[in-house]
Amino acid sequence: MSNDVPSELKYTKSHEWVRVEDDGVVTIGITDHAQELLGDLVFVELPEVGAELGAGSECAVVESVKAASDVFSPLSGEVIEVNEALAEAPETINQEAYEGGWIFRLRLSDPAELEGLMDADSYAEHAESDEH
Amino acid sequence: MDKKTVLNETHRDMGARMVPFGGWDMPVNYGSQIEEHHAVRRDAGMFDVCHMTVVDLRGARVRAFLQHLLANDVGKLTTPGKALYSCMLRPDGGVIDDLIVYFLSDEWFRMVVNAATTEKDLAWLGEHAAAFDVAVDARFDVGMVAVQGPNARAKAEALLPQDVRAAAMALKPFSAAYAGDWFIGRTGYTGEDGFEIMLPEADTPALWRALAAAGVQPCGLGARDTLRLEAGMNLYGSDMDESVTPLASGLSWTVAFEPAERDFIGRSALEKQKAAGSVARFVGLVLEDKGVLRGHQKIYAGEREVGEITSGGFSPTLERSIAMARISADAGDELTVDIRGKRLAVRRVKMPFARNGKACIDL
Repeated sequence: MSNDVPSELKYTKSHEWVRVEDDGVVTIGITDHAQELLGDLVFVELPEVGAELGAGSECAVVESVKAASDVFSPLSGEVIEVNEALAEAPETINQEAYEGGWIFRLRLSDPAELEGLMDADSYAEHAESDEH
Repeated sequence: MDKKTVLNETHRDMGARMVPFGGWDMPVNYGSQIEEHHAVRRDAGMFDVCHMTVVDLRGARVRAFLQHLLANDVGKLTTPGKALYSCMLRPDGGVIDDLIVYFLSDEWFRMVVNAATTEKDLAWLGEHAAAFDVAVDARFDVGMVAVQGPNARAKAEALLPQDVRAAAMALKPFSAAYAGDWFIGRTGYTGEDGFEIMLPEADTPALWRALAAAGVQPCGLGARDTLRLEAGMNLYGSDMDESVTPLASGLSWTVAFEPAERDFIGRSALEKQKAAGSVARFVGLVLEDKGVLRGHQKIYAGEREVGEITSGGFSPTLERSIAMARISADAGDELTVDIRGKRLAVRRVKMPFARNGKACIDL
């Protein structure tokens, strides 16, 4: 099964994506591959605005018809905005994982951590091997 | 290596997402589980249930055998083709399996048992059948497709063999007709009208494709689970198992204590449990807030833990989360559930949650 893996984004092994915006801010969501594995999403527990997250910490939960799955913050920083629209329409993540399905924005405390993320090619390979 | 039903390749060809399930490689969905769920409530959907096991029981004393073996009483079955839902119990009242049994003649009953329990069921049947001279024949050569939904029977009609079609269309709920190698029950596990069609394995892929061409939505195990949950139907292994009795699993209605002289396996244990009182309650719950109820989440009355969810999930029909739970008899109505450390209010409701295309509870 092949999924959309936009080349301009960074990725984690745990299937989050990261878009680097201006001014040391990043937008974070879960990948198209992740949403497909989860199936229809029915609930998203968002992080709190103002929360300080460490890289790798549990920060949100996405629940599908099948199961609940933790979302891990790929990077350290402060949550400056969350996607409130997901409360009413969690299925947006199924429909557009990289656009309307974003989950939260983070002001980075250590931009050097970006170097540790995967690029699109590595992630595509990782997702592929994850299938089997 | 997981076992494969005769439809395995067909599922893959038709785009199913496959998952391991109780030792079988089965479709969990064909894209959207929620759309499959709605197709069954509103129109027609179909499920591969070939992994379940058909068992033919034959012998002059087969009725007496089943009256001893099952908690429900096959003595109620007087019209050939009529079906009965029952639990099969251990002597201590624990549930070995739940099953459907069809009365076909005084010397032939047919049983359909769960996939994951097949091996122990057959061992149990074999152990007790000998004393009644009953032959136990597991029909691994039979395929089974469930076609469910308000339009399911109409869409399936033209695909049934001519020699059984009229009889199948005339069936009352919970009964079956057969001709040759085809056996059609007006039964199911979704809370909708429909058929469960048993047929030779070799004919099963062609039936599946023909049903799809007739506008029947292929559905996976995911939708099967949310449909049965909404319909208030228990799932073996989640809602009951060998550690609990039917009385503590919302299945008292399936235990026939009358006639009093019928000595079925588990009877004395159930009578003791009943006499002792305070049997755990098996209840339906609706989550008032957003979130999803899941199996094993703990239920509280105030600060007291009173039980846990046995199966839960998101109800596509109600657009709420619903669950079945086993709680202590004195738990009361003011209940909360612990979801990841947060306590959320749940409302106790009478099941089913939804059947025949409609909500059965007030929201």
